[in-house]
Amino acid sequence: MKKTITLAQGNGGAENHALIKEVFWRHFGNEILDRGEDAAILETLQRPAFTTDSFTVTPLFFPGGDIGKLSVCGTCNDLAMMGGKPRYLSLSVVIEEGLEMRSLEKIVRSVKKELALNGAIIVSGDTKVVPKGSVDGLFITTSGIGERQCEGIGINEIRQGDAIVVSRDIGRHGAAIFAAREGMELQSALKSDCASLWPHVASLLDAGIMPHALRDATRGGLAAVLNEWADANNLCIEIEEEEIPVSDEVRGICELLGFEPAFLANEGTFVMALDPADVPLVLEILEAFPGGEMAMRIGEVKGDYPGKVVLNSPWGTRRFLDWPTGELLPRIC
Amino acid sequence: MRLELKNLYDDFRDPDTIKALAKLIYNEAKGLQKPVNIMEVCGGHTHTIMKYGLKQLLPESIRFIHGPGCPVCIMPKERIDHATILARQPDVILVTLGDMIKVPGSRGSLQQARSEGADVRFVYSPLDALKIAKENPDKTVIFFAIGFETTTPMTAALIDRAEKLGVKNLLYHINHVTVPEVMRELIDSRDEHIDSYNNRIDAFIGPSHVSVIAGAKIYKEFPKRYGRPVVVSGFEPVDVMEGVWMLVRQFVQNRCALEIQYRRSVTMEGNLTAQKQIEKIFEKRGLFKWRGLGNIPHSALKLREAYAHLDAERVYADILPVEEIEDHKLCICGDILRGMAEPTECQVFGTACTPSKPLGSCMVSSEGACAAYYKYGDLLK
Ligand code: SF4
Ligand code: SF4
Repeated sequence: MKKTITLAQGNGGAENHALIKEVFWRHFGNEILDRGEDAAILETLQRPAFTTDSFTVTPLFFPGGDIGKLSVCGTCNDLAMMGGKPRYLSLSVVIEEGLEMRSLEKIVRSVKKELALNGAIIVSGDTKVVPKGSVDGLFITTSGIGERQCEGIGINEIRQGDAIVVSRDIGRHGAAIFAAREGMELQSALKSDCASLWPHVASLLDAGIMPHALRDATRGGLAAVLNEWADANNLCIEIEEEEIPVSDEVRGICELLGFEPAFLANEGTFVMALDPADVPLVLEILEAFPGGEMAMRIGEVKGDYPGKVVLNSPWGTRRFLDWPTGELLPRIC
Repeated sequence: MRLELKNLYDDFRDPDTIKALAKLIYNEAKGLQKPVNIMEVCGGHTHTIMKYGLKQLLPESIRFIHGPGCPVCIMPKERIDHATILARQPDVILVTLGDMIKVPGSRGSLQQARSEGADVRFVYSPLDALKIAKENPDKTVIFFAIGFETTTPMTAALIDRAEKLGVKNLLYHINHVTVPEVMRELIDSRDEHIDSYNNRIDAFIGPSHVSVIAGAKIYKEFPKRYGRPVVVSGFEPVDVMEGVWMLVRQFVQNRCALEIQYRRSVTMEGNLTAQKQIEKIFEKRGLFKWRGLGNIPHSALKLREAYAHLDAERVYADILPVEEIEDHKLCICGDILRGMAEPTECQVFGTACTPSKPLGSCMVSSEGACAAYYKYGDLLK
């Protein structure tokens, strides 16, 4: 018989302790966690950055990643986007009774792997088991503390004349999840872009690049990031439609379901606003990372339509690229 | 589902082709005696025109009028109320397609009903309703069917399959509407306050997907009886541009005909097998109310007598209200759907009415005219 999680393992008693010890501590063990205190005592950080996020993806395992990897990437990437090197994470899991033990182990292992890529450790955690039907398999919440390696990255630093660059092709995570959920078989393997971005940011900073703003294009996709930036600064961001990198697989799914790639979620793709003079070097550095050969300068910051994102088509027409709204739903026909 | 990713669309969005067509239209349009108002019947075309900025490529003598073409936009509140009431019944699962769940009725939208605990599911294909029915034998699954001629065969196939398999817990609420009747209404109808609608629409662009099923033949009467040329066009920018060019040529050459731009899959006859199956299961309704347009004779379908026991409208007749409900006072969806007004003429456009808080359904469906204007703006004019 398969081993599954039972409600008893969330009781706070012996079974609960055993689960935590055998699954979580075994993988995440480190000096701070091992003390087993109520709260982690951390070393003082120079310029701390703090963030938190919850993860509720269905299915738990998808092409290119799983909820464990996602929960580390998501939180570490938020830190990285502020120029922060990820240091300490907390990890809180809510498990639905009946989840297979093997799945849990697999998720924990990918958390561990992703932590190493960021050079971060888990210093605090919590485990709850809830009755079947209360959650969809497993939910994870991670909070993270990082240390900023530089000042001066932020939405307010964006100025007219800045170039806009995306770090790779867009829409992969959203498309992969849709395909997995709807049981579409893809001829060529479409994988989520799920990845940790601190290594990218570290290489940029090491090379002396000072981006004005960085943002990972998660829910709401590229469109949400650009609109947020345009809105916050009352500037106009003008994008060349032709330059936006999109893979054939993602385009295919979008065609089928009537979506726009710019609205689809990413989990390892970020947008930059920076001095145009830095663009060639940035593109060269990004090339070293998976998908980075698709990195592109897609537009620039202007003043024409304050607060709006304008999309220029290759046949000479223009329109707004609006905020994504509501649930993403497929067209009727 | 298996995806072929052979860049189906690339040629139809080719910048050079689009530019070349724009030039052809420009040159051809010089020969026009007077401006031409082209109504695109389907919201899919409105969407293409706005999304790709096609208006910006055309001379001033060619104007688009946005038609009633979306089964989501034209669904009256009464029908949406039916859906939300049914969804709230104990042991009922309400299944529908895409955008429908966002449209507000007088008691909120299906999305709201869902957030309050109703079991509402949206599917990509009507056949998924069958799966849901089989997986939930102790529940009643109601398929809220919507769409033009395009989606009707899928509903027919669902009903046929469910009958053959002896599935007992699947009912249908039928809201399928038909295109030619509403086009006729737009030309025929008169409003006592406004001269006549009649003079505004000079020609139609017909949606290709409708004609893939029903054939181009359904539009025969428009050039013949009404003197309005029709070109059945696809949804890609190249298709729409070519369709416009074909219409302009007709005017310049003083012809008035039914033509097919979308020869890739549209024929005069259409898909006869599908037509037969629809015939078997559905018949015309006497009247159907279109949101903004009022009651239009024979413009929708219902289940035939032989299938009456599967008709949710009959089975739940006791709890489904029949009174008509007025639209929001300020909403001019009706005029927009008739081609009498542009979305931007509405007083609440973009202020009290936005895609995230729509007052009228033209703003709800992502292909409604108001939503398209709001989303894409109209940068040149
Ligand atoms: S859903 Fe879209 S494509 Fe289908 S009929 Fe409506 S407007 Fe046209
Ligand atoms: S803007 Fe809103 S209220 Fe006005 S016509 Fe359009 S949908 Fe109706």
